[in-house]
Amino acid sequence: MDIETVASLSSFLAALVLLTAFAMLVQKRIYSLIHLFAWQGLLLSANTAVVGYVAAKHHLYISSLLTLSLKVVLLPYILHVLIHRLKIRKEIETIVNVPMTMLIGLALVIFSYHLTAPVRELSSLVTRSTLAVALATVLIGLLMMITRKHAVTQIIGFLAMENGLFFAATSATYGMPLVVELGVALDILIAAFIFGIFFFHINTAFDSLDVEKMAKLKEVD
Amino acid sequence: MSTSLMLLILLSVPLCAAVVLAFVGDRRLAPEINILGSAATFAAGLGLALEVYEVGPMLAGGNFFFVDAFNVYLSVLTSFVSMTTAIFSRRYMRREREHGRVGHVGMRFYHAMFQLFIFAMLLCLLTNNIGVLWIAMELATLSTVLLVSLYRTPTAIEAAWKYFILCGVGISQALFGTVLLYFAAEKVLGEGGDALLWTNLSQVSGQLEPTVLSLAFVFLMVGYGTKVGLVPLHNWLPDAHSEGPTPISAVLSGLLLNIALYALVRCKVLVDGSTHTHRAGNIMMGFGLLSILVAAFSLLRQKDIKRMFSYSSIEHMGIATFAFGLGGPIATFGALLHMLVHSLAKSAIFFTVGHASQMHRTQEMDRIKGLFRGNPLVGWGMMFGVMAIVGMPPFGIFTSEFLILTATIKDAPLMTPFLLLGLGVAFAALLRKVQPMVAGEVPDYQKSMKVAHLPVVLHMALVLVIGVYLPDFLSQWFHTAVELLK
Repeated sequence: MDIETVASLSSFLAALVLLTAFAMLVQKRIYSLIHLFAWQGLLLSANTAVVGYVAAKHHLYISSLLTLSLKVVLLPYILHVLIHRLKIRKEIETIVNVPMTMLIGLALVIFSYHLTAPVRELSSLVTRSTLAVALATVLIGLLMMITRKHAVTQIIGFLAMENGLFFAATSATYGMPLVVELGVALDILIAAFIFGIFFFHINTAFDSLDVEKMAKLKEVD
Repeated sequence: MSTSLMLLILLSVPLCAAVVLAFVGDRRLAPEINILGSAATFAAGLGLALEVYEVGPMLAGGNFFFVDAFNVYLSVLTSFVSMTTAIFSRRYMRREREHGRVGHVGMRFYHAMFQLFIFAMLLCLLTNNIGVLWIAMELATLSTVLLVSLYRTPTAIEAAWKYFILCGVGISQALFGTVLLYFAAEKVLGEGGDALLWTNLSQVSGQLEPTVLSLAFVFLMVGYGTKVGLVPLHNWLPDAHSEGPTPISAVLSGLLLNIALYALVRCKVLVDGSTHTHRAGNIMMGFGLLSILVAAFSLLRQKDIKRMFSYSSIEHMGIATFAFGLGGPIATFGALLHMLVHSLAKSAIFFTVGHASQMHRTQEMDRIKGLFRGNPLVGWGMMFGVMAIVGMPPFGIFTSEFLILTATIKDAPLMTPFLLLGLGVAFAALLRKVQPMVAGEVPDYQKSMKVAHLPVVLHMALVLVIGVYLPDFLSQWFHTAVELLK
């Protein structure tokens, strides 16, 4: 494969990542949301492998495998099990104002392109143009966490942000040093363990995973 | 003993203690093992500090660790406060267990996570790799999330969830900043782990691309700033500090905020070196001043005692951030001293607050009364602690705030009235709120109980000594650190 083909392949994958990010932003069913998250992980993993191939960076294969096992297999599996145990499979969230959320998402993409412009100019990597997409994915994940009121969707938004960060590292610098990537993966694993426990605690204390019900702590009574 | 060995002991003791305590669980000796582990950590920290004091900054473990005047003093502080907190928590947690607020699993969790938290903080301080610094910071958050929700009450779970989500989001921004930093560093230092080593970065900081570093700093500021608890990123802090068990409030307020500020300052040094402007400093000053003012006015409205003191932590972190942002030898010296004395005084206050709220079985300030008569150590400890924290002489915080104020008048005179306003409001608010709690008759619902004297007395004595007479070795240390941060 020549550089041109690989670069366009990488851009194509980046576009798909962004597409999944938008789809997650407005997906109402929790099950479908998890599937979207797994797809996003798969695209990232593929993109990392492609970048690893073109740049001849072998440690990227390891991170690609790590992403595959963690974000495509393990985390979605954990979420499935949790949802099954908590019996919230059929829950459908109401999302206020879908068109508005989409518009804000679009604005975030434009903002990301604008913000990363100086970095793009300095970079000589084939993947440099995807950095904006990565930042957009981070910001859309953030937006998702703000607009959603369900504990599980907030966590998926959080994990989507993490995906965006990983993507940013791949596209800006061909991945962080391996020790850092491994450490980040470890942190995500611990976080998964913690939110798993949390879901049960919240469910017991509030009888639901609706975060809106948590509003006892206020500045002044 | 060689440095790397000392470092190895310092980091492995809390990690091993965490594993041991996870197995020991809720047995009778768990609190004692916790104390023993923290004491060993403190001893190792002291040993390391002596070594660094003699030979100067050094690398260890194949460049993976780096020790200089700045982080070694924070390591000693961290291990010291965690030791005294372990002493305090022995009785405190036992009583919480008797009151039925924590169960059997909770206790196992509490001890193991406490040690893991100490490990994470020390790793943050001692690592040379700014990527690992980020990982350790996240680990420190994660290890305390479930401690905040230890009591399993709806409010505690709410607070912990907020802490988990807001700090998680915040710290992700810092990771993006770190990626950008690595991007800039890679151009100069080449690929691989070496490009993230602080020692290498600080040498070549002049060659790093300024536009990228300015952009990176914005993300790092938001990320680590969330963990420092700077306004407007502070929402999680009062909740997390007030709903968790008091020993955890003490270490969160006294230590974790310092560590986050440490990370921010390390990044600022790199950005300053690259941009040759004062932009990063100005951003920090803005955040700092806003935190001081907002926190000072929020103090006035608080009803919950732990919530009030967590706002006071925001205020003091604001002061230190402001001073680091201001830069210059006097302000930096003041900021370093401020981190030290605030940490000692604030954790001492939290110890007395813990006792007071156990004696009254409430955290509401209206219900806490007559501490002087009920229990002189708790009453006077709290009174002196508050006098110290509002900056009265002869305590150490007076010295640090005085230095910072002097530097402000000299370098940024326009900021002085705002700084003074914040300090004044906080002074009035805290003294007014504490007075009714310590003075007056003992209410009939107050229960007398045995309290841990040593931690409070030790901390307050140190704050007093530092205020009256700053030991030579300490001031020399700070001077070296000031040089490093120029």
